[in-house]
Amino acid sequence: MRRPRPPVQPSAADRLSRLLAMVPWVLEHQGAPLEEVADRFGITTDQLVKDLELLFVCGTPGHLPDDLIEADWEGGRLHIGNAEAIARPLRLGIDEALALITGLRTLIDVPGFAGEQDREALTGALAKLTEAAGEAAHASRALSVDLTRDSAPDEGSEVLSTAREALRHPAGRRRLRLHYLVPSRDETTERDVDPMRLLTVDGRWYLEGWCHRAGGVRMFRVDRIVTAEVLDADGTPPEQAVARDVDDGLFTPGEDDLVVTLELDAQARWLLEHVPVESVEELDEAGGQGRARVRLRTADDRWLRRLLLPLGGAAVVVDPPEVAEGLARAARTALEAHLAVTRAEQAPG
Amino acid sequence: MAGGAAGAGDRRTERLLNLVIALLSTRTWLSKEQIRRAVPQYEDCATTEAFDRMFERDKEELRELGVPLVTGSASAWFDDEQGYRVDRDAYALPEVSFTAAELAVLSLAARVWAQASLAGPAARALTKLRALGVEVDEQSLIGVEPRVRTAEPAFEPLYAAARDRQRVTFTYRTAGTGDPARRSVQPWQVTSWHGHWYLVGHDLDRGAPRVFRLSRVEGAVRRSGPAGAYEVPDDVDGRAMIARVAAGARDGEPRTARLRLAGGAAGQLRLRARVPAASAGEAVEAEVTFTDVEELAATVAAAAPHAVALAPDDLREAVVRRLRGVLEAHA
Repeated sequence: MRRPRPPVQPSAADRLSRLLAMVPWVLEHQGAPLEEVADRFGITTDQLVKDLELLFVCGTPGHLPDDLIEADWEGGRLHIGNAEAIARPLRLGIDEALALITGLRTLIDVPGFAGEQDREALTGALAKLTEAAGEAAHASRALSVDLTRDSAPDEGSEVLSTAREALRHPAGRRRLRLHYLVPSRDETTERDVDPMRLLTVDGRWYLEGWCHRAGGVRMFRVDRIVTAEVLDADGTPPEQAVARDVDDGLFTPGEDDLVVTLELDAQARWLLEHVPVESVEELDEAGGQGRARVRLRTADDRWLRRLLLPLGGAAVVVDPPEVAEGLARAARTALEAHLAVTRAEQAPG
Repeated sequence: MAGGAAGAGDRRTERLLNLVIALLSTRTWLSKEQIRRAVPQYEDCATTEAFDRMFERDKEELRELGVPLVTGSASAWFDDEQGYRVDRDAYALPEVSFTAAELAVLSLAARVWAQASLAGPAARALTKLRALGVEVDEQSLIGVEPRVRTAEPAFEPLYAAARDRQRVTFTYRTAGTGDPARRSVQPWQVTSWHGHWYLVGHDLDRGAPRVFRLSRVEGAVRRSGPAGAYEVPDDVDGRAMIARVAAGARDGEPRTARLRLAGGAAGQLRLRARVPAASAGEAVEAEVTFTDVEELAATVAAAAPHAVALAPDDLREAVVRRLRGVLEAHA
C-alpha cells in the first residue's frame, strides 16, 4: 500500500518545532529508547541523532560548556539535561491551529463518514484543540473545506459508512459487492471489490480497490455506487494491488486516445476549468476571451457526448467528423422523442 | 559525538534554537545588538545590514511557529531602542490531554492538508500534540484519505489576508463576460467547495458581499493596510453564499419532474430518482425532485437519447432548446 511521500528536505522550521516538542517529552521520559522517541515524532533514528547533535551547540547566551544543553544516548537510551529554558512544549501557531481545526470540522461535516465512536473522538478533539489553541483559534473561520459533495444526508452516506465498515471490520478487511454506474457507457455493473482506501479528489469521495471483475485496481466514485454490501469474505487486496498516484488529479489521457477539436463560445469557456485540454487557441481578433478552439483527448466519445449535449451548441465538434455525426444523431433522436410527447399532449381528446 | 561539519540547514536550526533560548531566558528586554552577540551563529553575518535582514526573517519564522515574540522598551522614561523577549506565560501549550482516539482523528485532520499548502503547519501541529504523551491508535482510520489541494497561486495570500483580516486588491476575470477587472476586497473566508477554492468577502467597490473563485484571480494579490482592519460579520455562511452563486441563484420551490428512462440506460437519472437497482434493465417512468429547471434539463440532455422529459412543459422545452442547439450547430 502506498505510504505518504517523505518530505524532500525537512525545513529548519520543522526541525526546530520538533526539537521544541521533543526536548520537553524526553525531560519527562528520561532513558526512553531512541527507537521509541523516533517513532513518536515520526522520524528515523538517524534523523533523530542528527537532531540531537544540534543540541550540543545550543544553550543560554555565553555558550560556555555549562550553558549548553546535554544529550546522551549511550546504549540506545536517551537522556537530556540542562534544558530548563525549553522544558515546556511550545504552543500552536495560528496556521497550525487553523489547519487542524479546519480538518476536524471538515470530517465532522461529512455525512456517513463518522460512526458514533469517531464522532465522539472528532468533537472531543475539536473542543480540546480549540481550548489549547487559545487565541490562535480565533481566526478559525477564515478557512473552511467542504467535502460533502454528492453526499446529501442519506444519499451516498450509506455507501461511505458501508465502505468504512469493510475497511475496519473486526474480522479483518472484508470484500464489498458493489452495483456501480459507469455514466460514460451508461451501464450499471455488479463487482466484487477488495477495498484499499476511501479518498477525496477535487472534493469528491472515491473508493479505490481491487476489482475482481476487472482483475485490477479501480477507482469508484462513491456517488455512483448504487448499492454496497459487506460480504463475509476476506477483503485483503492481492499483493500486486498498488494505489494510484492521484496528486495531479484523476484524469490521465492515454496515447491511444482520440484527439478531438472543439470550438467553444464564450458561454462554454467554463469547460476549460473542468476538463484537461491539450491546447487553447483564441479565435477573437482582439485576443479577448471570446471564442476559442480547443484540443483534448478522450478514450470514449460517449463521455464527450454527455459533456456536449447539454451545452446546446455552445461547443461544436470540428473534428473528427464521425464524433460530430454521433453527437448530432443522439440529439436528433432525443429531439424527435420530446417533440412526440409535445404533439401527444396537444392532440385533442 | 557531534557529527562533522554542520550543513546550512543545521546551522539555521541551531541559530533559531539559540535565539529562542536567549529570548526565553532573559529577564530584561534584549536589544538587537545584544541578540547579535548572544547567538553565536549570527557571526556568519558580515555586515549589520545582513544581520538585520536575517533577524527579520528569523523573527517572522518564530512567530509562524507560535513563539510569542514581544517587543518593548527597557525604560518608560527614555525613548530607548526597542527590545525583544519571549512572553514566557504565553509560550507553553496549555495542559491538555487527548485520548488515543482523539489523537488519531487529529492525525487524520492533519492529513487533509497532506498535498496542500498548509501541509507543513499541519504536520508540526501534530508533532507538538504527540509530545503530550498519549499512544496513537490509527488502526481505525486506515484506508481513509480525505484531502484537499491548493493548486491556485492565489490561495496563500488570500488565506493569509483572511486570517489576518487585511484588505486585498487583485485582478479578477468574471464568469459572465470574462473581462478582467481590478477588485478591492476585505476577505472573510477562504473555502474549498466542490473541489474549487473560493474567497468570500466584502467587495469594497460594490459595497456588498461577494464570492470570488480563486482560479479566476489573475496575477499577484496585493495586501494593503493594517491587519485586523475590519470585523467579519458573525452570521457569514460562506458555503451557502457559494452554493447560491454556483446555482446561479435560480433556486425556487422544489418541483417534481416525470421522466421516461430507457432500459439499461440513463443510470445517473435512475440513481437520482432512486429507481431500484433490480429494475435497471427495464424502461421506466420515474419522478425526480428539482429546483433548477436548467440544471435538470442539462442532465436529461446529457443522457440523450435515453431520457425523455415528460413533464413539466417548461422542463421539456428547456431540453428541446438544448438538443435543437446541438443539432443546428452541427448541421
